[in-house]
Amino acid sequence: MVLSGADKNNVKGVFSKIGGQAEDYGAETLERMFATYPQTKTYFPHFDLGKGSAQVKGHGKKVAAALVEAANNIDDIAGALSKLSDLHAQKLRVDPVNFKLLGQCFLVVVASRNPQLLTPEVHASLDKFLCAVGTVLTAKYR
Amino acid sequence: MVHWSAEEKQLISSVWGKVNVEECGAEALARLLIVYPWTQRFFSNFGNLSSPTAIIGNPKVRAHGKKVLTSFGEAVKNLDNIKGTYSKLSELHCEKLHVDPENFRLLGDILVIVLASHFGRDFTPSCQFAWQKLVGVVAHALARRYH
Repeated sequence: MVLSGADKNNVKGVFSKIGGQAEDYGAETLERMFATYPQTKTYFPHFDLGKGSAQVKGHGKKVAAALVEAANNIDDIAGALSKLSDLHAQKLRVDPVNFKLLGQCFLVVVASRNPQLLTPEVHASLDKFLCAVGTVLTAKYR
Repeated sequence: MVHWSAEEKQLISSVWGKVNVEECGAEALARLLIVYPWTQRFFSNFGNLSSPTAIIGNPKVRAHGKKVLTSFGEAVKNLDNIKGTYSKLSELHCEKLHVDPENFRLLGDILVIVLASHFGRDFTPSCQFAWQKLVGVVAHALARRYH
């Protein structure tokens, strides 16, 4: 799977439009993921996962920042997320299937908050981008 | 048999009550063909699928999308017997059309995204939970003949 020039522009466009709200998008993505796919809570036994949780908001901010970083370095996502890739492989060992679940929830957040932004073409590009991020984060698992 | 809580049933039917089946169905199928282009192989007789614009405007895509989502309505009306409701369609998709069951999951995910785009903030996390559960059950029922 390769990100075309058009894909890269579409992705950059999304994050540019989201701008400073990226943190909110990140928090809502996690909130939706825990609500929709309760099994994902297994990775956060130390978190308060209740509504409005400050820990979820804080973590959502981190997740969003990583996505923004990847989008800003879209020609070298592996390089940009190298440390995160190590972290997920060696310490967190999040089952690869969960990145798809997170990706689905991020797309739902974009769709619900900014439907005009998520045209079919942008949807396709963003889906590919999120897959690429998941691939990078699990690349060093074995 | 799948257990549905009263809240889940309410979330499903209240969303469904406001869905424009023709529009949402057409959009969901078009997005499936655009976002996951390999799914186009099942629609080689649909004519022009050469670009997102062509796909979105394709009358056969629109008509089939409406058909697919109308059939979803049967699941909504028969939450306690989705298996039975989809028995014939499962036979068709598995034994005649040979559709990889993964595609049912992909369409389900896209439908959830389309609903989110139409309902905005009203498509709450609880709503998403109920609907992801529903599309998962439908996908499973459709794939039953493979099991």
